[in-house]
Amino acid sequence: MGLEKFKNRNVGTQNYKKLDLTHPPKSGWCRFKQVASRTFKPELFVGLWVTLREMINALFRGKMHTTQYPLEKLPISPRYRAIHEMLRLLESGHYRCIGCGLCEKICISNCIAMETRYDENQRKEVSEYTINFGRCIFCGYCAEVCPELAIVHGGRYENASEQRASFSLFEDMLTPIDKLNLQQEYQGFGAISPNADDNIKKTPLAY
Amino acid sequence: MDGTMLPEVTAVGVIIKAILILAVISAIAGFGTYIERKVLAFMQRRVGPNHVGPYGLLQLAADGIKLFTKEDIIPQHANRLIFAVAPAITAATAFIALGAVPVFPGFTIPFVDVYVPSIASDVNVGILFVLGMMAAGLYGPLLAGMAQSNKWGILGSARTAIQFLSYEVVTGLSLLAPIMMVGSLSFVDFNNYQSDGTWLVVYQPVAFILFLIAGYAETNRTPFDLLEHEAEIVSGYVTEYSGMRWGMFFIGEYANMITIGIIASVVFLGGYNDWWIFPGWIMILAKIAFSFFFMLWVRAAWPHVRPDQLMWLCWKVLMPLAVINVVITGIVMMAG
Ligand code: SF4
Ligand code: SF4
Repeated sequence: MGLEKFKNRNVGTQNYKKLDLTHPPKSGWCRFKQVASRTFKPELFVGLWVTLREMINALFRGKMHTTQYPLEKLPISPRYRAIHEMLRLLESGHYRCIGCGLCEKICISNCIAMETRYDENQRKEVSEYTINFGRCIFCGYCAEVCPELAIVHGGRYENASEQRASFSLFEDMLTPIDKLNLQQEYQGFGAISPNADDNIKKTPLAY
Repeated sequence: MDGTMLPEVTAVGVIIKAILILAVISAIAGFGTYIERKVLAFMQRRVGPNHVGPYGLLQLAADGIKLFTKEDIIPQHANRLIFAVAPAITAATAFIALGAVPVFPGFTIPFVDVYVPSIASDVNVGILFVLGMMAAGLYGPLLAGMAQSNKWGILGSARTAIQFLSYEVVTGLSLLAPIMMVGSLSFVDFNNYQSDGTWLVVYQPVAFILFLIAGYAETNRTPFDLLEHEAEIVSGYVTEYSGMRWGMFFIGEYANMITIGIIASVVFLGGYNDWWIFPGWIMILAKIAFSFFFMLWVRAAWPHVRPDQLMWLCWKVLMPLAVINVVITGIVMMAG
């Protein structure tokens, strides 16, 4: 087989099949009919009605689309990767982190810094644990690698702050001990958002 | 003001009315921007401005503060004089045009017994005057676009010229047929002609539609907002404008929208005559408000046309229609 077929780079100009989508009017009478139907078809008024209908829907039938953001918030998916949370063991209330350091190792932007030591029971204890959220790219590797499900991504996406330090310490990310019963377990990578059922809609292909 | 009935125009009265027109119309024109944003928002199922004041009603004040305190920038290579004067042309002509349109029926002020005809000056060529003024208003965009040494501005003013050449002939011809029927150019005569309750739009539906189309082109509203169409020419003739100069263009545009609404109401829709149980002033307010709303409605619903489509529409469709309408009106009048 020769190489001519492959040397021809004008691939785009050859094998197009043109669909005849328009039906140009053939006779003068047909042309006149087309003009007449285009002129007198009330399509412009259909457009007017559609916008008016939407206005009525929005004002009187409670179908306003706007979420007034700081006042209302849409529920976010458990898969969303926002500011991290350090979880506690439900039984004892002790933090789950065993100080294995995997998250620190895997972090691709090197923003986790931790120090560990042995406590009096010869258990690993986390003495320092910070995440520099100025560098974190929220890739989720740390949560994925953690063997204890100790570090997960929470739902706190409003992370404007006066200082980076104010939300990057271990204590800030740790579930408060009195809120232990409210602690959410990470639902896994395939989890759907809580309002997923409401978001199912027919694909608008009516036109 | 000596307490007698004064049907004539007095200097004091004219000055008071002029000030009233300036104050009321510029307030309404500013408020119109709020209405426009709100109505467009509702039609797109949004909320619109809702943070400043109850229901966002004070948005206007916030905008005013912003416009007044914004830096007034004149570009380096602009023609400073023309650049500065152009917005004033638009705003001034819009208000001058309002001087010759009647809004309310004449009334007598209680207690002092002064008769007030509700028109600043009943010029006997009122229609010509108003149309002329509104046409002269297009010098604003034309000069503004050319003075600012900006290519988008130049495009904007070229489009102004196109638009002007297209719609102006339709405006005149479409109004010619009602003028022939009424036999006068004064708005007050138009109003009185319809005082028997039959609106002129019944006799002249074609002229009404033609006038509306031309009026939308005249006020630079969608579907003919070619002058400053953001998607194509950034902001057209107002690209380089900021602050209060830009605000004057806007006030002029909204005042023109109101003027077109008043003309349509007075010439075609029965003016300020009483209708059923509604007094005339409520009727005309309702008509003007509806015509304003219709402009916003159209803007929400219809896409805008290209400049060449506008020329095609005006010269090849609307102008022949207008001429035919005039001819038929003439034949019917001679036969009748
Ligand atoms: S999300 Fe990614 S970048 Fe952020 S701390 Fe975890 S591993 Fe590092
Ligand atoms: S991977 Fe998990 S258990 Fe290990 S140090 Fe990080 S948070 Fe602690």
